Amino acid sequence: MSGHAPQTTFAKISRFSFLVYCAAVFLFLMAPIVAIIPLSLNGGSFLTYPLDGLSLRWYEELFTTARWVTAMRNSLIVALPATAIAMVIGTLAAIGLTVANFRGKAFVSAILISPMVVPLIITAVGVYLFFAPLGLANSFLGLILVHAALGAPFVLVTVSATLAGFDMTLARAASSLGAPSHIVFLRVVLPLILPGLVSGALFAFATSLDEVVVVLFLGGPAQRTLPREIFDGIREHITPAITAVATLLILVATALMVTIEALRRRGEKLSSRAK
Amino acid sequence: MKAPDRHRLRHQTRRQERVRALRALVLVLPMFAFLALSFLVPIGRMLYRSIEDPELASALPQTAQLLKQWDGVDLPPDNVFAALLREMPTAFEKRTLAAVAQRLNHDISGYRSLLLRTARKLNKREPSATPLDAAQAFFDIDPRWRQPRYWAAMRRAAGPVTDFYLLAALDLDRDAAGDIVPVPEHEAVFVDVLLRTIWIGGVVMALCLVTGYPIAYLLATASPRLGNILMILVLLPFWTSLLVRTSAWVVVLQNEGILNGLFLRFGLVDAPVQMIFNRFGVFVAMTHVLLPFMVLPLYSVMKGISPSYMRAASSLGAPPWLAFLRVYLPQSMPGVAAGCLLVFILAVGYYITPALVGGAGDQMVSYFIAFYTSRTVNWGLASALAAVLLLTTVALYFVYGRLSRTGGGVRLG
Repeated sequence: MSGHAPQTTFAKISRFSFLVYCAAVFLFLMAPIVAIIPLSLNGGSFLTYPLDGLSLRWYEELFTTARWVTAMRNSLIVALPATAIAMVIGTLAAIGLTVANFRGKAFVSAILISPMVVPLIITAVGVYLFFAPLGLANSFLGLILVHAALGAPFVLVTVSATLAGFDMTLARAASSLGAPSHIVFLRVVLPLILPGLVSGALFAFATSLDEVVVVLFLGGPAQRTLPREIFDGIREHITPAITAVATLLILVATALMVTIEALRRRGEKLSSRAK
Repeated sequence: MKAPDRHRLRHQTRRQERVRALRALVLVLPMFAFLALSFLVPIGRMLYRSIEDPELASALPQTAQLLKQWDGVDLPPDNVFAALLREMPTAFEKRTLAAVAQRLNHDISGYRSLLLRTARKLNKREPSATPLDAAQAFFDIDPRWRQPRYWAAMRRAAGPVTDFYLLAALDLDRDAAGDIVPVPEHEAVFVDVLLRTIWIGGVVMALCLVTGYPIAYLLATASPRLGNILMILVLLPFWTSLLVRTSAWVVVLQNEGILNGLFLRFGLVDAPVQMIFNRFGVFVAMTHVLLPFMVLPLYSVMKGISPSYMRAASSLGAPPWLAFLRVYLPQSMPGVAAGCLLVFILAVGYYITPALVGGAGDQMVSYFIAFYTSRTVNWGLASALAAVLLLTTVALYFVYGRLSRTGGGVRLG
């Protein structure tokens, strides 16, 4: 932006204040997240600076008390199967929506995406009232079903995006050479859509790992997940143990972000080369 | 190509297309069926709950039937009293009367105890002592039975469907004559809640716009290297768990939190400043949570605006602010619209963040949906509020879909 016009003092000042403003917004975005990380290493039990010496006691509490260990285990018990289901049904639907036109396709797509759109509280209450008489409340199965429904649209969207840049003649070429359709899928289609599939799966996994509204309604005392424990922790009394969980989850978020960005860049490079 | 050949070819292509469409449907079916079971049908069932009125009709079928035949003026005819007198003891013993009492209590508070007390007294009565007429039996137990409004409420609950909950969600009710009237002022809460929800959503949207627009501009115009680094500062919060970000704000803003600690240490204040469990905390935390949803669509639109337009404007003598206002801003409007809509839609449906950092007066409609589902069990009202929220969300998303087709939608992945 700078450099193509003679810089007046006014322009310099306004450019400078613009940058200061932007820096303040970036600080607002990052500061709270960064600020809680050192608190998890606090030797004392207050959540303020300066730290009362460094220690790993809160991490120790995390990995030794039943409450947090169970919560981590429960989160995985729900997130892993939910992600697996979301991957299968989302990928199949993405292929189905890409390979053919049929009447009402736009409507069907809108319906399949709708779990991303509907406010979580509506999903949670609706499912709770419906599942409770069926014996699916207070069960892992109920949570897995709903989390899979919430995650599947992400897989659908990301796989559809990869398929949009995918040359369907490749699959046709394979089948004209005599490959049965499951071989075409495994050897031609799957490797090409894999980046989209992995991104979608990570979105679905992250959604389940972070979801608490449905868990609040549908989960019983035996299904207390990590977000549920954090929710109660904030409500009752926030301790440094929560900042330790938060730090671990920030690491998870960083890993997810790096992976997704790498996949996205790779996809962009591939599609620009194809052009 | 000869005519029969062309005909055959067309026939073949069409058949192939049909086979392909069928295969596509088979591939879509598993996800559709899955969502139907674990998402669509439950929500549809809940929406139906907002107009369904089954309690009275199933517990006291004859009474319900006769109530519907009554014109609603003054007191019901004797056959209604008689039917109720006959059916009430059975319903009381089968415990279905409790649900009716609950339903009627939603309409007139105090109705529950009136109905159950009446049933208990009727049960204790000697069966032989029934020479007096049915209406008199009710009047003897409680004089409130002489008031037409109790009977009008019962008539409204006769089912099978009702607009009672939907009206209640908008602070409306029907009077004894069946006309729609506003509920008494001290009972009106939901219009306030809906307006508050829209207000909080609007303020958060505006805050996201004034903070998000400049950084989206910086991201879109910076060198690719710097742009990538700055993008991380937007994406990391986006990927970080909502609960982590909310708890981070509690740690930062609470009375014994980081900010108040700094303020006290540097003598800026004498006592901790209340920055959380109030509206301020809600605005700060929600803006933080939703800011990436503003920045990402803005960025994707701004990335497509060629810098040559701005250069052309300034070479024609426009000062930078004018060039921005007249050239850049209009071109970025699709991003502004998409970002604002997305943030607003997400904000009005939020539950967790306001529940954790807001005070009692900062709760939005989603809080009341949860409240009427689990604390005060009034599923009809919870469903009606959910229907209002869902309708708003879907309508706004429709607009969003229109806008993002012309550019500016968020692409995931």
